[in-house]
Amino acid sequence: MNRLLLNKIILVLSTLSAVIGIGFLFWILGTLSYKGISSIHWSTFANDLVEGGIRNLLVGQFTMALLASALAVPLGMMAGIYLREYGHGSKLASLIRNLSDIMMSAPSIVIGVFVFALFVDPFGGYNGYAGIIALAIMMIPIIISTTDNMLALVPKELREAGIALGGSKHKIILQIVIKAAKVGITTGVLLSFARIIGETAPLLFTSANNQFFTMDLSGQFPSLTVSIYNLATYPDSASRELAWAASFILTMIVLCINLIGRYAIRNKK
Amino acid sequence: MSGKLFRNFSFLSATLSFFILVGIFAVLFTYAQDAMHEFGFDFLFNETWEADEDDEGGIFGGFIPIIGTLLSTLIAMLIATPLAMGISIFLTEIASETIAKPVSIAIELLAAIPSIIYGMWGLFYFAPIVHDIFGGNGVGLLTAGIVLAIMIIPFMAAITRDSMNTTPQVLKESAYAMGATKFEVIKDVVMPYAKGGIIGSIILALGRALGETMAVAFLIGSVMSLPGKITDPTTSIPVLLANNFAEAQDLEMSSMYFLALILFVVSFFIISIAKFYFLGKPVKVKK
Amino acid sequence: MTDNNLVLEIKDFSFTYASADAPSLKKINLPIEENKITAMIGPSGCGKSTLLRAMNRIHDLYPGNKYEGEINLYREAQEKENILHLKKENDFIKLRQEVGMIFQKPTPFPMSIFDNVAYGLKLAGLKNKTELKDRVEKALKDAAIWKETKDRLNQSALGMSGGQQQRLCIARAVALKPRVLLFDEPTSALDPISTGAIEELISEIKSEVSMVIVTHNMQQASRLSDYTAFMYLGDMVEYDKTENIFLNPKEKLTEEYITGRFG
Repeated sequence: MNRLLLNKIILVLSTLSAVIGIGFLFWILGTLSYKGISSIHWSTFANDLVEGGIRNLLVGQFTMALLASALAVPLGMMAGIYLREYGHGSKLASLIRNLSDIMMSAPSIVIGVFVFALFVDPFGGYNGYAGIIALAIMMIPIIISTTDNMLALVPKELREAGIALGGSKHKIILQIVIKAAKVGITTGVLLSFARIIGETAPLLFTSANNQFFTMDLSGQFPSLTVSIYNLATYPDSASRELAWAASFILTMIVLCINLIGRYAIRNKK
Repeated sequence: MSGKLFRNFSFLSATLSFFILVGIFAVLFTYAQDAMHEFGFDFLFNETWEADEDDEGGIFGGFIPIIGTLLSTLIAMLIATPLAMGISIFLTEIASETIAKPVSIAIELLAAIPSIIYGMWGLFYFAPIVHDIFGGNGVGLLTAGIVLAIMIIPFMAAITRDSMNTTPQVLKESAYAMGATKFEVIKDVVMPYAKGGIIGSIILALGRALGETMAVAFLIGSVMSLPGKITDPTTSIPVLLANNFAEAQDLEMSSMYFLALILFVVSFFIISIAKFYFLGKPVKVKK
Repeated sequence: MTDNNLVLEIKDFSFTYASADAPSLKKINLPIEENKITAMIGPSGCGKSTLLRAMNRIHDLYPGNKYEGEINLYREAQEKENILHLKKENDFIKLRQEVGMIFQKPTPFPMSIFDNVAYGLKLAGLKNKTELKDRVEKALKDAAIWKETKDRLNQSALGMSGGQQQRLCIARAVALKPRVLLFDEPTSALDPISTGAIEELISEIKSEVSMVIVTHNMQQASRLSDYTAFMYLGDMVEYDKTENIFLNPKEKLTEEYITGRFG
């Protein structure tokens, strides 16, 4: 019977696509681990890029991502609070919500170009601050949307009960509503952190890269991802090995944060 | 902090994303002025990208990177869409929960891997395979398109799965109760029910593919020439920006801003269509 | 009770859900008479829906459930088949075309009114356009919603009211000319007026199809059915003519339930 055969074919093809999807994950993670682990030595973590290690790159990447979060998390959360708790239903709030949703998917290279025009070109060169701003611009819309959505899940009664007890609106928001949405917001913050720490494009011509260890944000700033891009295209095998080691470590960091954000926190509650 | 201050600060934060978005548009538009005046509308169709000897002027046309962006995205979409649909069908309708859960996690992890990793893996492991099968020198349009597809599949599959999952169980049961096969239930009940979400996910993935930089930068070849065959190297807007933006001068720089503006505006419209026409409004308030 | 006019016969039937250790239905015996309405009543969790869903093997959408015993489907000339032996997808499809099902909530498919009713027919392989049209029209007339729908056949079924949607679902099932229709609390999501319309409809199609109705509503069972089965905690407590169950129950448990002392 024709329709039964068609049914079988589609089901087999669907299963096959899942197998292909999983296959790619294992292929990518497999080669990454194989190449990465064999390229990692003690010196990889002890040395800076100039001596063939990634110490300064890891510190630099984390510094920028953490400072970007320090900028983006409070701003994004406050914006999310406005959209859900104050501006809810108003035209302005829904416009901002829509624009922020669009920003979330804006091409990251364009954000790099924008930050270059405002914070690199006028200041005479690449600098760590510009990198931080570019990453924060990527992060803010994600935090806004998470906060907005998670606050929406907090039952209205909780707010009403707080008000009924004589609490002022902003205290209820800070002391009750945010606490009730804590788990979801934390997950969102972790996932967006995982996203920006793996970003390359917005850093290419904002913070650029630095071979040396530095904490001076006013100059070029070391970046793990930008270094991977440079190292991978160098012809010598030492550079490539370092690129693999860096890629492996970056991927592990990103996947671990993801797993913690998605599963550990959510299940612990 | 007093209530009023808190409220005002939250309002200012909220307007920030508005100013960033408008700011991006304004900045790109301003810096692209020179190129716009010089080349006008022809910029889109001109294949030449050549600086003068003295680096002060030249002829710059966006045709090659625009075509490269469109073609690599097209290849990626052609490969990714059926596979992503298959994966979501597998996850929602075929796999038992004990299988669907780990596979879902795997797909989500695949979506979280930074794009630069896809690029590097593609360059060293996938490009040689493309070279062996299809010829060419490994990097080029086809390799970039395939790896781009691998990158957007999990993203597309995750949204499609979520919207397919919203189909009420009883609706599916009632189609089975009429003697429908699994495929018929998927085709006639699940797909139409989740239509908005599915199309939305395809368009969002399209937006992501258009703007992707790093995965493509390793693989497209970064050559300013039109591809004659599918395996030929070429370039795309994000890749051109990634490699040449910082060193460009004057009119070339302005032309780069013009390209960034085009990419931004196109993405803006694509994402808007996906979000507001197909995916509907975000989460509603739970009563 | 005679065995002459049986359409379904449930014999020593036990059912265990995949996730459970203990059976949800224990050695159930129940005859379903042809062109009669059999109601199944009992408190929540008694297994009446579980039993209903075994009659078209819709349980098999979820793997791992265990069946024991027999559920025989009688065809023409007293030929019977134990549907618990079915294994092939094709046989399930055939079974579900013979044993239709109506759910608690209306389940219009996301397509036009016409396509909803034509859907099962198309699945069954009917391609001829005029015949399709005739069968759809007949089914809608049978389900008493032809008047309300004839001018909007090409509109989405999702725009109808809940009661209309449920009658559309009945039309959709009737169009396939099933031998049995299974109703799983068909009116519990509807208002009283729509409920009345559905009950009237069920009485009217009795001459064409045998029906089994799971209901929480005892008035509905007494109004509609010819036979009533009372179930409790996975057991078939009592089965008899409806008037006997309601006026003269043999079991104390049955009496307590129908007089509202529990449940």
